[in-house]
Amino acid sequence: MDTKEIVNSLKKIVSPYVQNEPAFKNFDMNTDFLKDLEINSANLVDIVLDVEDEFNITIDNDSMDNMLTVQDAVSIIKEKRAEA
Amino acid sequence: MKSSEIISLLPYSKPFLFVDELEEITEEGAKGSYTFPADSFFYEGHFKEFPVTPGVILTECMAQIGTVSLGIFLLKDLFNENGKVALTNTKIDFYLPVYPGEKVRVLSEKVYFRFNKLKCKVSMYNAKDKLVSRGEISGMIKENE
Repeated sequence: MDTKEIVNSLKKIVSPYVQNEPAFKNFDMNTDFLKDLEINSANLVDIVLDVEDEFNITIDNDSMDNMLTVQDAVSIIKEKRAEA
Repeated sequence: MKSSEIISLLPYSKPFLFVDELEEITEEGAKGSYTFPADSFFYEGHFKEFPVTPGVILTECMAQIGTVSLGIFLLKDLFNENGKVALTNTKIDFYLPVYPGEKVRVLSEKVYFRFNKLKCKVSMYNAKDKLVSRGEISGMIKENE
């Protein structure tokens, strides 16, 4: 699975929780889940659980704390998939 | 952890504590009850001349028994008087009214507890064991840092 495919899946997972639609139109590697998309921390948990199911990985507390942007999420997903 | 300990750790007091008893609490869910005193403050205005327990108060009762009490149990000794709770999501359907003086029972079932977020399926029954309300409640719960 390449970066582009991961980003597309992420975009689909994040979509129901987005509060800032204009920012979502510019969804790219630098997009910040909380600051740009205005997702709250409770919904970020739902996103992480969806990511676990979609990519068949387990996200630990440290990874959760570091998952601020799309780039962070892509790196963590790649790293966990490589471990699996 | 005993029920009385959990109740004492709940961050509420009169007139906004809606837990009398926690009958059973496990890793998977909670059961508890509350009787709405006929002189509760909200009956004065809800409704004019016709007291019925407001849906938001039923929701609060469901959250306190079903979600917050369970969350404190799940965090075990990590939760103390300085712990913090925050409601993040509710989705509740209501089926029957609850009148002044009625006793309700609340049952909750954990959906997940991850990254400090507890999501539960919660239902409320009246003294005749009829369904009053049912839905999902989520909250964040954090130990003292």
